Amino acid sequence: MLTVNSIKNGVVIDHIKAGLGIKIFKMLELDKIESAVCLLMNVSSEKLGKKDIIKIENVVDLDFRILGILDPNITINVIKDEVLVEKKKFELPERVENVLSCKNPRCVTSIEKYIDHVFYLVDKEKGEYRCMYCDEIYALSEV
Amino acid sequence: MLKGRHLLDPMDFTTLEIDEVLELGGQISKNPEKFSNACQGKILATLFYEPSTRTRFSFEAAMLRLGGQVIGFSEPNSSSVAKGESIADTIRTIACYADIAVMRHPKEGAPRVAAQYSTIPVINAGDGGHQHPTQTLTDLLTIKSLKDNLSNLTIGLCGDLKFGRTVHSLIKAMSRYENNKFVLISPKELKVPDYIKKEVLQKNNIEFIEVERMEDVIERLDILYMTRVQRERFFNEEEYLRLKDSYILDKAKLKKAKEDMIVLHPLPRVNEIAVEVDEDKRAKYFEQAKYGMFVRMALIMKLLGVEVC
Repeated sequence: MLTVNSIKNGVVIDHIKAGLGIKIFKMLELDKIESAVCLLMNVSSEKLGKKDIIKIENVVDLDFRILGILDPNITINVIKDEVLVEKKKFELPERVENVLSCKNPRCVTSIEKYIDHVFYLVDKEKGEYRCMYCDEIYALSEV
Repeated sequence: MLKGRHLLDPMDFTTLEIDEVLELGGQISKNPEKFSNACQGKILATLFYEPSTRTRFSFEAAMLRLGGQVIGFSEPNSSSVAKGESIADTIRTIACYADIAVMRHPKEGAPRVAAQYSTIPVINAGDGGHQHPTQTLTDLLTIKSLKDNLSNLTIGLCGDLKFGRTVHSLIKAMSRYENNKFVLISPKELKVPDYIKKEVLQKNNIEFIEVERMEDVIERLDILYMTRVQRERFFNEEEYLRLKDSYILDKAKLKKAKEDMIVLHPLPRVNEIAVEVDEDKRAKYFEQAKYGMFVRMALIMKLLGVEVC
């Protein structure tokens, strides 16, 4: 069985839906940081069956807000001196940039290459976002 | 203050600001000669990425009647767009030559992109099936001029209420005035999108009904706003052919209507209003086109900050 040591200081991104870990790794540009980073895929989970986990040593100040868009069940555990000091759950951000892509074939984002894809939260309970350009609505469940 | 602003969505302006434009549009319609030099020395750029005769001519005529000049294209293949130039680059360049720009584009949100990069006011002249705010201003000025006010009206909207951007915008705009009611007449395949019903009508407790037969409701209406089933919005030709003649307003149907009802249409008309209706005193769609030019004159003046004493 694969074993990975616990970290002394840093963050653990836990309860990632299996398969999403690599996407989050890329979104957070973890390949560009100098600290030790570990991506665990398909780990057994009582809650999810299988899950992915990311451990990052000596880094706590990354912007994790966009992760809630991908999966609101993700948790962030902040570790200090081998003790869990903070457990973060997600609030959906009011505005997201370049995380979702508009699927409306009539939207200008389908032809204008160098613009940001911007979505605004319109319904927190349903997890619905609206494209800034064409007003198309997306439920996170369909992302 | 509207000087320097963009108009991308009918809701970009407050009702007070809209009233300001309509007030000026009304003055222009009564005495157009008075405004014939208002925009002397100013240039309007018309960036039309898809065909449009009425809207483009209306804007060009508006600027010319204000004494200004017009540059632009009506066919993207004859411009740098054919070379693959982005909207952002096109507008940044055009802003060096013109004082104000008007854009028609098949992609939804294109004028918003232009506005993000523009140093001159951008007017949305229609973006896909999304918004057409100057058609809304046209409709408002027509209604205000012919019905004396914008409140206490029962407005019937008939035809393609799903893809009809003019319908969406008009519902939003008229919902802001007191005590208006809506009668939404369409086949079930072309009903008003849910978000308009929820976010505009239900949210503001505005009375509306949805029906499939015009004959059942025409007698209640103060305004009947007919729309074309737009072939260009369908991905499925068969679906279009099946629905295109869902509603045809003719003399027989008009018999039940109020004497002072007005029939409007954003034009172009195909089959949805029989030619025989044109002679009826309630047919106001060509007059509506004229109000469209006057309100665009008013809008150009307001966005440029030009006044006539």
